[in-house]
Amino acid sequence: MSLASDTAPLVEIDNLTIRFTGERTVHAVNGVSLALPKGQVLGLLGESGSGKSVTLRALMRLLPKKRTQISGTVRVAGQDVLALDDDALSAFRGRTVSMIFQEPALALDPVYTIGDQITESVVRHEGASHATGRARALEMLELVRIPSAKRRLDAYPHEMSGGMRQRAMIALALACRPQVLLADEPTTALDATVQIQILLLLRELQREMGMSVIFVTHDIGVAIEICDKVAVMYAGQIVETGSLRDIVRDARHPYPRGLLASTVHGAKRGQRLETIPGTPPSLSEAPSACSFAPRCTFARQVCRERLPPAVELSPGRVVRCVLAQETVPVT
Amino acid sequence: MLEPIEDLGGAAQPLLEVKGLVKHFPVGGGLFAKTKVVQAVDDVSFTVAKGETVGIVGESGCGKSTTARLLMQLMPRNEGEIIFDGQLVGESMSLRDLRRAMQMVFQDSYASLNPRLTIEESIAFGPKVHGMADGAARTLARDLLTKVGLKPETFANRYPHEVSGGQRQRVNIARALALNPRLVILDEAVSALDKSVEAQVLNLLVDLKREFGLTYLFISHDLNVVRYISDRVLVMYLGQVVELGPVDEVWDGPAHPYTQALLAAMPASDPDQRTEVPPITGDPPNPIDPPSGCRFHTRCGFCEDVCISTVPRLSMVADGAHQAACHMVIPGSGHTRAPAASEAAA
Ligand SMILES: Nc1ncnc2c1ncn2[C@@H]1O[C@H](COP(=O)(O)OP(=O)(O)OP(=O)(O)O)[C@@H](O)[C@H]1O
Ligand SMILES: Nc1ncnc2c1ncn2[C@@H]1O[C@H](COP(=O)(O)OP(=O)(O)O)[C@@H](O)[C@H]1O
Ligand code: SF4
Ligand code: SF4
Ligand SMILES: [Mg+2]
Ligand SMILES: [Mg+2]
Repeated sequence: MSLASDTAPLVEIDNLTIRFTGERTVHAVNGVSLALPKGQVLGLLGESGSGKSVTLRALMRLLPKKRTQISGTVRVAGQDVLALDDDALSAFRGRTVSMIFQEPALALDPVYTIGDQITESVVRHEGASHATGRARALEMLELVRIPSAKRRLDAYPHEMSGGMRQRAMIALALACRPQVLLADEPTTALDATVQIQILLLLRELQREMGMSVIFVTHDIGVAIEICDKVAVMYAGQIVETGSLRDIVRDARHPYPRGLLASTVHGAKRGQRLETIPGTPPSLSEAPSACSFAPRCTFARQVCRERLPPAVELSPGRVVRCVLAQETVPVT
Repeated sequence: MLEPIEDLGGAAQPLLEVKGLVKHFPVGGGLFAKTKVVQAVDDVSFTVAKGETVGIVGESGCGKSTTARLLMQLMPRNEGEIIFDGQLVGESMSLRDLRRAMQMVFQDSYASLNPRLTIEESIAFGPKVHGMADGAARTLARDLLTKVGLKPETFANRYPHEVSGGQRQRVNIARALALNPRLVILDEAVSALDKSVEAQVLNLLVDLKREFGLTYLFISHDLNVVRYISDRVLVMYLGQVVELGPVDEVWDGPAHPYTQALLAAMPASDPDQRTEVPPITGDPPNPIDPPSGCRFHTRCGFCEDVCISTVPRLSMVADGAHQAACHMVIPGSGHTRAPAASEAAA
């Protein structure tokens, strides 16, 4: 029995659909399905507005209640996340799932010291004593390699440099040993020489703690440094999922193929870059055909008429395109 | 089009010469506190040849944008000379002439367009200020929209908030070209764009450069983009130039330990060649009170006594074109890895 629970996905998203209502309607997420086993890092890769952050926020139930319509199911560690009541939700956040952001200001409270914030979180989530919380805070700051950790317990966020604040935010997020870490572009705002330090730190902590991580990024290089699997999003849908190597070396969907080809890395000066013509669609309507069709050089009539099928090429390797269908034998 | 600006100095005269540029911003300092300064740009010198693209790279806060704004005369400088095609700016060349000959495209495409003007009006505005008739300026604006890949029928009468970020950046480029400038400064001009749109805009910049005979100063923190677009590159650290040279020479043989770290910090492009050890540790120090001697010495693995006591000057690495400000390349500097003083004389 324990074997089965070890291999069952820790995070399972099925047909998640999220629409923001209000002044104008935004169909931000349109039928996303994902499965993440224990101890793996999944990269959510896509351009701005493709729905990466909204998907993550749904996993933490952080979306504004009033103006959001959500359907589908989200299961994390056996719990039906969309059905959790307030008490269950507060136990769920921090202990089961925790989140880090591009901007540490979203996670760190400016009026409390770093030490107090971590202590408080441990006391609240684990019912631990203040002394235990404080000891954990020190342990965490050392774990994320903040120099002179003991002294930094009493520092306020604004007294730290950008890289240090990012480390403090990671310490806070991991203090209660969550099973799943959601990372929303945590290194995008950092300088190059600091970004790589934080990426390597996250990689190491993930391995040591055996966490599952969903890592949102628009930078394929960052994904290469940290992810095991990659899901590529376009216009609120996942258009391709596979292992990191599958996606980097052998993407099948025309969108990730174009994205990988248009990179300037290694391009010769004076040589024209490959481009994907056009721009992503506005999300004012729910997709009823392939969202990429207006920009796709392979588009045909059927692509404009109905949603392309999600074709499973091999276990864990899914491509949402009519072309993929033709490459697998009909069974 | 406004008349092209006459070439005065000939091909051998650099289009832009920057000598000893300094900008210190006062910060803090209340009634009793001593005022401190941010040494945003500290003794920066370089040249840009006619028709060349020079890249500037470095981490956030190292002084790239301040350098650009000083060149555009958007703020006063503490010290330094700017010479455009042989003319000393502020003396033999007026600010008005400079502001036509040199144009800038910013990262934030939205903030740099007037929200109450249509795209056509925004592009036509500059030429009208410089004396072009309204009808001619509007025709020019529509021509330029076509040049940057935006259909005038669709876009001319839209307002900035009615187009995407990539389209707005094209509008900004069209607006910069409307005065028929010779030098265009692009400050993180593609950084906010998504990768698929970034490639479109880079192709456009390459095409326009050829068509209008432009010279570019291209500022970016993205090393891949800088390598692709630049002929030569300057690397900045805490307000100073630490290395400069032809882009391939710098990439293939970076001489300054900071440049080496910056290049090594780029995320891998092959899943089987992931980075295992961070090239340097720590964050860039505060520019309010930069380290003594070599400003990089607090993070450098090769630091010796001379690095803490003495400022390394930019010195030749291989030939006259590739220079670095590091005691390890300065003959007889006293660093154990420096070439002997006599080698330089030979
Ligand atoms: N008006 C100002 N007043 C005080 N300090 C300033 C001002 N403008 C810039 N600075 C400081 O000067 C230094 C250089 O700034 P600058 O914006 O030129 O750097 P940059 O390399 O272009 O950074 P980024 O990549 O983040 O835009 C920074 O420390 C910055 O905080
Ligand atoms: N609270 C909100 N109200 C309305 N629209 C939103 C809200 N949050 C996100 N959106 C829209 O949802 C889409 C996806 O956003 P997001 O997931 O943040 O993109 P990204 O992939 O850049 O993280 C965008 O069109 C965005 O404007
Ligand atoms: S379904 Fe059709 S339009 Fe969509 S990506 Fe595939 S080929 Fe292109
Ligand atoms: S001068 Fe010294 S401290 Fe500075 S980069 Fe060179 S070796 Fe390092
Ligand atoms: Mg986002
Ligand atoms: Mg800048």
